[in-house]
Amino acid sequence: MTRHRGRGIASINYPIGMNLGGDPSQALVHSNPSGKFTVALSSIDLGQGMKSVTRQICAETLGVPVEDVYVDTADSDTGPHCMGSFASRGTHRVGNAVMAAAREARGVMMEAAAEELEVNAADLETDGRGNIHVKGAPHRSISTKDVAIAAQFKQGKTISGRGIFLVPLSAVDPETGEMSPATCYAHACLVAEVDVDDETGEVAMVRMDSAYELGRALNPRLVEQQLVGGAWMGVSHALYETTEPHYPETVHGPRDFVEYLMPGPGDICPHDIAVLERPAPDGPFGAKGPGEMCANPVLPAVANAIFNAVGVRIDDLPITPEKVLRAIKAQGGARPQARR
Amino acid sequence: MSKIPLQFRHNGRDVAIFVDGGTNLLVALRELIGDMTPKFGCGQGGCGTCSVLIDGELHLSCLTLAETVGGRSVETLDGMKQGPNLHPLQRAFADHFAAQCGYCTPGMLMAAKALLDRNPSPNRDEVIEAISGNICRCTGYEPIINAILAVAGGRASA
Repeated sequence: MTRHRGRGIASINYPIGMNLGGDPSQALVHSNPSGKFTVALSSIDLGQGMKSVTRQICAETLGVPVEDVYVDTADSDTGPHCMGSFASRGTHRVGNAVMAAAREARGVMMEAAAEELEVNAADLETDGRGNIHVKGAPHRSISTKDVAIAAQFKQGKTISGRGIFLVPLSAVDPETGEMSPATCYAHACLVAEVDVDDETGEVAMVRMDSAYELGRALNPRLVEQQLVGGAWMGVSHALYETTEPHYPETVHGPRDFVEYLMPGPGDICPHDIAVLERPAPDGPFGAKGPGEMCANPVLPAVANAIFNAVGVRIDDLPITPEKVLRAIKAQGGARPQARR
Repeated sequence: MSKIPLQFRHNGRDVAIFVDGGTNLLVALRELIGDMTPKFGCGQGGCGTCSVLIDGELHLSCLTLAETVGGRSVETLDGMKQGPNLHPLQRAFADHFAAQCGYCTPGMLMAAKALLDRNPSPNRDEVIEAISGNICRCTGYEPIINAILAVAGGRASA
């Protein structure tokens, strides 16, 4: 028995969101009499951090502290329409909708503040700490709370805003068949190192090194948690997970978590990640999205690493020990490729 | 089927319930006591999210007959918080971004607590061993391992 070390690389570019139907999402923002703001969405936060990021985007656009914004989401009875949490679209699509709604709400807030301070709204600015003051004259100031109270009880104004993000329709060029299915792309490159056991066919992850270009990272810790965890979803697709191991035969298909394999804590390896930020022109504050693509480069990189280790090309996922072993036997033994 | 009277300590409080014979502890905790912190994942010991401590020892509540805990002490995530303060493990899980969807988190925290209660300064391999009965689909385990190690090393924050 020999364990063979192999290294594989893969690069991807990933279109953010989808094109069909314009991929719209909506957001509504309104102030409460306490001077706090509520963002109403129906976009789902599955743990990836949509609530945190939309909260940041709203606070930054309004010019108020992030503590003053509450995001109410995941109820399609009370939130405006969203296409859903998929295709890495949350930060970009929902973020843009929140930004548009917050911008409209900010306009009303500044008008209401101008009326209280008896100045022109164009001369006002926010300090990001819950106050609005005259540019160059910070002492001529009013708190967002007092503005909200004045708007509600004195001026009869709703400090609120509506936002939607819709991808413009991309027509197909009749001559070439070309179209632009996406408005921005994220990019990633990942190097996977594996050990392949030529007696058992088992593949063990040794390490991963990756670089992700995802526009501006609005919340670097959330981006990091997506990339760290998402890579293991990729490994899981590459090596473990399947609902139909003998497709189209359904025999031996997994029925539960005991039979549906995924990596455990003992299977993980070091993963070094570099995040590159090239702001997207149409992203909220330049953001694209780290979502799905944190898993995508892992699959081809692992398949390439297995080829590098034992010389077998497996193009059917997941790459189970059985497939590796059959392929090694078919070629008459492991044939390690040159290390690069 | 006749009901069986059952008394045990639940997070330091005496409880008395009637269970059907064959009821598992997870169902007893969730449906009869109303403690929803142990989660139902697979119902057959494959995922670990129903983990609880029985007399300080880690058990899968979905595979434990409720009637076997009579007179014993059962700890769940619901009893982990110390008054208004999060347990150092809970704090560390937050600081290290060790939860995403959160479904594995109750079981992970109980497995971590079971480890630290008997071995206050485990090494990385011991932490991995301790949570090896718990699966997580979101985090890649690394942030969870780091959170537990941070508490073990006496550093409760990131």
